[in-house]
Amino acid sequence: MPPAKTLQPEARRIEHEPYYEPIADEVALFEAAEQSQIPVLLKGPTGSGKTRFIEYVAWKLRRPLITVSCHDDLTASDLVGRYLITNHETVWIDGPLAHAVRVGGICYLDEVVEARKDTTVVIHPLADDRRMLPLEKHGELLRAPKAFVLAMSYNPGYQSVLKELKQSTRQRFVAIEFNYPAPSLEAKIVARESGLDAARTAGLLKLAHMTRNLKGNGLDEGASTRLLVHAAKLMQRGIAPRVACHGAIAEALSDDAEMLRAIDELTASIF
Amino acid sequence: MAPLTEDELERRLDALLNPVLSSRRTASPLARAIAQLNRERQEFTLHWAEVISRTNYELAYQFAAVAPAALTTLDTRAAETWIIHAMDSYDREGLFQGGEVFRHYSAFETPAESQHGVGYREAAPVIELFVCGLSGRRMKIDSAPAAWTDGETLYLPPRIALGPTRAENFLLYKIIATLLWAQSRYGTFAADLNAAVRPYADPARALTWLNYLESVRLEARLARLLPGLARDMRTLAVPQHDALGDTAPYPSLCSPDATVHDSIALLLSVRMADNPPRRAWMSSLHPAEATAARAARLAREKSALQAALADLLDEQPADDTEANGGDAETGFTADVERDDSGEMSFQLRLGGEAIEPPPAVKNLMDSILQDLGDIPDDYLAAKANTETLRDRDEAPAGPADHLSGAEAQFYDEWDHQRKHYRKNWCALRESDVAAGDGTFVAATLAKYAQQVIQLRRTFELLRGEDRLLKRITHGDDFDLDALMDAFADMQSGRELSERLFTRRHKAERNLAVLFMVDMSGSTKGWINDAERESLVLLAEALEILGDRYAIYGFSGVTRKRCEIYRVKRFDEPYNDVVQQRIAGIAPQDYTRMGVAIRHLTALFECIDARTKLLITLSDGKPDDYSDNYRGEYGIEDTRQALFEAHRAGVKPFCITIDREARDYLPHMYGAANWTLVDDVSRLPLQVADIYRRLTS
Repeated sequence: MPPAKTLQPEARRIEHEPYYEPIADEVALFEAAEQSQIPVLLKGPTGSGKTRFIEYVAWKLRRPLITVSCHDDLTASDLVGRYLITNHETVWIDGPLAHAVRVGGICYLDEVVEARKDTTVVIHPLADDRRMLPLEKHGELLRAPKAFVLAMSYNPGYQSVLKELKQSTRQRFVAIEFNYPAPSLEAKIVARESGLDAARTAGLLKLAHMTRNLKGNGLDEGASTRLLVHAAKLMQRGIAPRVACHGAIAEALSDDAEMLRAIDELTASIF
Repeated sequence: MAPLTEDELERRLDALLNPVLSSRRTASPLARAIAQLNRERQEFTLHWAEVISRTNYELAYQFAAVAPAALTTLDTRAAETWIIHAMDSYDREGLFQGGEVFRHYSAFETPAESQHGVGYREAAPVIELFVCGLSGRRMKIDSAPAAWTDGETLYLPPRIALGPTRAENFLLYKIIATLLWAQSRYGTFAADLNAAVRPYADPARALTWLNYLESVRLEARLARLLPGLARDMRTLAVPQHDALGDTAPYPSLCSPDATVHDSIALLLSVRMADNPPRRAWMSSLHPAEATAARAARLAREKSALQAALADLLDEQPADDTEANGGDAETGFTADVERDDSGEMSFQLRLGGEAIEPPPAVKNLMDSILQDLGDIPDDYLAAKANTETLRDRDEAPAGPADHLSGAEAQFYDEWDHQRKHYRKNWCALRESDVAAGDGTFVAATLAKYAQQVIQLRRTFELLRGEDRLLKRITHGDDFDLDALMDAFADMQSGRELSERLFTRRHKAERNLAVLFMVDMSGSTKGWINDAERESLVLLAEALEILGDRYAIYGFSGVTRKRCEIYRVKRFDEPYNDVVQQRIAGIAPQDYTRMGVAIRHLTALFECIDARTKLLITLSDGKPDDYSDNYRGEYGIEDTRQALFEAHRAGVKPFCITIDREARDYLPHMYGAANWTLVDDVSRLPLQVADIYRRLTS
């Protein structure tokens, strides 16, 4: 029988050490949770290093990392698996979650609150001490091996009250909080990722700080470390700072003409 | 067109300004002056005099008196800015201030050589965000004839036209705002400036020198903080401006830890007889106002911080407090640090342990740090004793005082003649409807018993049920029928369909509806009864459907007393209390609709629904007591408020019993978004039916 041609869940082993600067003791915390077989919830604003962190620990633990970007049409079958039809037969295909359980990898549900509420419930038996995933339609009960880790990310900042995580879900997880790194550390990260000189990196940090002051006053979020790295990379390639910051930071943060102008003026004051 | 004659003008002005004219104050001198203008400017004057007269006749008279002189120097755009500014001032501060702006029209002049001026209104939104981004205490901005700050509000000139281009004039706004911000941020008012200049023979001149020295100090400070701005400042070329010279004469002002005291010390060495150099961005100092604002702020923030720290202490786990013993009561300390550029930061500690204060506390401490350069120990005394408790009770009263009525919310209103919003024009308060007769709902249900059964049946049919979607390309399960067909097709060599799956689709009624009920005096009697009965039947139907719904009544007298009456919030269950409130809906005063729509639209913000419906039950046109809301003004304001609702994703609909509704409702709501129920007695049943049609 030829194998069903389906999208294989993205399973990858990370070969090279991703660059990651610990903010506090989050790596130790993750390892302890992993050894205790407790799932992990990564909380924090966008661009604060959640995904990079999970890549780093996946590399460190030498586990495959299976990432699922959640969206509001994500159904339970999308996670668990479904039957597909090939030639004369029906074939069961594992979803990314079942796949991760089977191979003993890290399953990372990115932006989990975006998923439908009924979807998040399927992870409940996996997320407590039962550690199992029933595949009802396939008539199979998957027991998670020790190597399996369930992790998900959640941004408490910009989601509306409607997209809060259910207590029954969130109370199964150990939460690790991410925030913008301290200025000296953030400067180190930006410089390391982009190769930009210290003076212009300092200017970028100043700008980031100013946009974070605007959070709640017209901006939903201030510039994240990721945006700073983007701007820094553009500058490193010879783009003028004002142009780089407009494209990488201002336009990324807002569509409001006045806000764009204000951020441009802040940029112009620094560079 | 030929200009209007003096007689013609006098006749028209007489008609316009009649209420403020008398035998001693006639329109004749006005007409004589206006007659000198060309026809276009005459019409401009008459048009605006008429617009202003609807707000205030006296203000219109004052406008007509200065208009001929003003219009010879102002172009049309500047003149409109001038008039709108004056009317705004009138709205906010009264006749005198409005008149002041009219008299000082020269501030709005655009000299012929510079059409590149930038007005305050144009610059303000960006500058406000800019200053907010610069950090430190949150600053308000406002316009004033000359730039200055009291440390809380930055006052900027109404127009800047010194520079040859718009870009440079905007830059001047930016530089002025930044320097004023720096005065507050870097402690210009940390010393008693009035006392500092008092010993000099000419204190006023000493103050201008001090102002200059401070600006040298702050410019040096900004050069380190904002190198881009500093570069712009050096290259700016405008008249009456001494470019940034060598600041070498004042090296002590350029060191990172220079303070206002260094500037004061330097006063001794300057040549008082000379004038200090002039900078285009120089503002003026008002030490008395700044000192008063600072003292009030410090007192307010001290008690607020003490109260907040007491709360913080309460939240700490009990064993922590015990571990620190008696010390824990006064355990807060703050380490203030200065970095190389003189920027200050602090670390809050409790019993020696570093803790991260909540954002509100951090802002308070930053603000105190900004004023005092330190956080004194008595500010950190978070003793939860009676004294602090009393402070805590009093603390919120401080900032709330000037809001005249703590719970009022302010909304803009659209003035169709000005084509501008009147800022914060309506004060609106929200309150619950007093509970009414508890038996009303039961009586209504009994009265319509037959129809209610019918109603329930209709609405149950509408209720969202799970549907099985068949023959689709992706799904949770196979469609066995499709599979059979596919096999048959395959056997006979035909092309296979890909649609082999089924999926359960939950047809959600993703809908939120808000009923806005007219509680004006005109509904008294059977209209009010019909409204209440309608709500009872509606609630019955909506409970079946499971749609989210809210019910609010609106009324009020004048813009200062707009009322919104809560009957049912979105998150409130339909229970006895709500039923009694429906029964308690009673006719009140007038119908100022615009502000009610704006307020209720805002309630939708925290509701996530694909469809948001705002349904108005009304018995007539928008109307209010005295201030000409009745008629075109009210209709246009309501229309504008409905536009805003549309923009916010809310779909308005109106159910009216006014037989003349055809004349104005299509204009307000659009041709299809309203319906007329001309028989009031049928309203209760019709409303539910209209709702069914609207949402299915």
